[in-house]
Amino acid sequence: MPTSSDTRVDTAATGVATTTACTTAGADADLAVHLLRLGDDALVLGQRLCQWITRAPTIEEDLALSNIALDLIGHARTLLTRSGQLDGSSRTEDDLTFTRSDREFTNVLLTELPGDDFAVTVARQLAYTHYAVLYYEALAGCDDPELAAFGTRAAKEVAFHRMHADRWTLRLGRGTPESTRRMRRGLERVWPYTGELFAEDEVLRRLVAAGSVPSPAPLHAEWERRVTATVTDAGLTVPAPTWSAGGGRSGLHTEEFGPLIAELQSVHRQFPGGTW
Amino acid sequence: MSAPTTVVSADRPVVSADAGATADRDELLAHFDAIVAEGGMIEPRDWMPDGYRRMLIRQIAQHAHSEIIGMQPEGAWLTRAPSLHRKSVLIAKVQDEAGHGLYLYSAAETLGVDRADLLDALHRGQQRASATFNHPALTWADTGTIAWLTDGAAVINQAPLCRTSYGPYARAMRRVCQEEAFHVRQGYDLMRALCEGTPAQKAMAQDAVDRWWLPAVALMFGPPDTEAGGTDARTAALGAAVSRRAMAWGIKRHTNDELRQRFVDQCVPQAERLGLTLPDPAIRWNEERGHYDFTPVGWDTYREALGDDTHWARQRTAHRRAAHEDGAWVREAAAAYAARENENENENVVEVAAENAAENAVVDARQREEEVS
Repeated sequence: MPTSSDTRVDTAATGVATTTACTTAGADADLAVHLLRLGDDALVLGQRLCQWITRAPTIEEDLALSNIALDLIGHARTLLTRSGQLDGSSRTEDDLTFTRSDREFTNVLLTELPGDDFAVTVARQLAYTHYAVLYYEALAGCDDPELAAFGTRAAKEVAFHRMHADRWTLRLGRGTPESTRRMRRGLERVWPYTGELFAEDEVLRRLVAAGSVPSPAPLHAEWERRVTATVTDAGLTVPAPTWSAGGGRSGLHTEEFGPLIAELQSVHRQFPGGTW
Repeated sequence: MSAPTTVVSADRPVVSADAGATADRDELLAHFDAIVAEGGMIEPRDWMPDGYRRMLIRQIAQHAHSEIIGMQPEGAWLTRAPSLHRKSVLIAKVQDEAGHGLYLYSAAETLGVDRADLLDALHRGQQRASATFNHPALTWADTGTIAWLTDGAAVINQAPLCRTSYGPYARAMRRVCQEEAFHVRQGYDLMRALCEGTPAQKAMAQDAVDRWWLPAVALMFGPPDTEAGGTDARTAALGAAVSRRAMAWGIKRHTNDELRQRFVDQCVPQAERLGLTLPDPAIRWNEERGHYDFTPVGWDTYREALGDDTHWARQRTAHRRAAHEDGAWVREAAAAYAARENENENENVVEVAAENAAENAVVDARQREEEVS
């Protein structure tokens, strides 16, 4: 689509970010990609949290984790629905969830990591929720009224998830020698996967240049400051990983991802033409 | 102190528990009986017969355990729900069950037991959840069937418990029942979608109903407790004696068999609307009774399902125990953290007090100086 991409280049070159730019087909396609990514993050993390329900350390935690999972699935539904409308395919939230292959999912690897140790789950929640609050708050300021409304609502919800993650980081960090050790290991496990949340690529750069969505990249410093405050408060240090994971945004996932998606889609795929 | 101390509460005199030790038991019992007879509520600090307390602890604990164990068969399908709408509904339902477990453990704690001890008893196999859940949820349709039939049975069972004689239990049940009624509607809606779907979906729905009907009819209502309800007179007589006691204390309001009949009467037309067959050839409308007839519950079926030595009975407890044991380090960390925070708070209180004292001393000294000058 040379016309629309030209428009994008022009907009970027002149530095005039107007909302009209995102009404073109190309901008819609870009926005569809971006919202699909955000939706996949929420969906896959929600799916991982579902695996805790009935297995949590306390009944209160079964309740808390299901509450968070429910919110995340809610975010995924809004984002995937909008993505399917924008990409011209008219795919519904369920089409996108249950009929794509695992290579077509674009979530960050952070969300798909197995969280079978509670400390790993807490470390991931800490990283994700601090990012999500910042990003959804930024999204709340975008020109698209529907997206802005979603950002406002989602930011309020993830603020509660962040509080949950902060408190558990403190309890585990300052709990017993065993919990301190596990929390430290949990942070070390997930930290190399946090950079991907803030990565920018061509799609995102075009959207940002057009002024249609904010970039997560400039939020990294504030994120770092906030998570450092919590981790330090917990008597631990923020890991400084020597490597950074990536690939999720382009559909290159971990080997554990295939079984996760197979499980997610199993019933839906077992009944072709089924209505639910 | 020979006479019982009477504490006057907002609406009626309440005999305090402390006084119970020395009070005339007959007088206390008469007071208790009068409250129950009036349809009033017994509250935690009221005197109550030991048997009443024991029966309540047993019943509320079993109910709480059933909520917690009952999360498992449906919880196993959370990651496989075939649409995001159904996934959300199921997460919310399982979450409600955890919440019900918590209300009910809290209600049991007002009777002087500890939640941790009740959970230990469940994990050791000394207390049980409803045997209904000692059945596997084999397909997605099982989640709908459990919600429609099992929760449907629970609502019929529990609606009268909103008026049970023990206050904290009655209040917990009011919240539980409201949410359970939603679950039943959602379960029915899930089944309707399957029945209106492809032949394979409808077959899945029928298969699930074939497997869950008997557990719901037999196990959700307890053993037969009238001659009409069972196939064996001795069991019915035993059940009747327990029910009489519970009804005299206002814990129960109806016999198991009355409630079972109410359940069958409710389900038959619903199944007809769905186009599903309930797996009991004896079900037919009895004009004379104004109820549906159905096969009386066989005590053997009941006893077989109650056994601890079945794969699923063992599995449900093992799953719970594993979660509890795996999470021990987390609970220990939370407890250690809370204890340290309390200590710090106390230290802070001491520090603040010391600072205040020092400040006061300075102010006093200044005042004295001013007075002198």
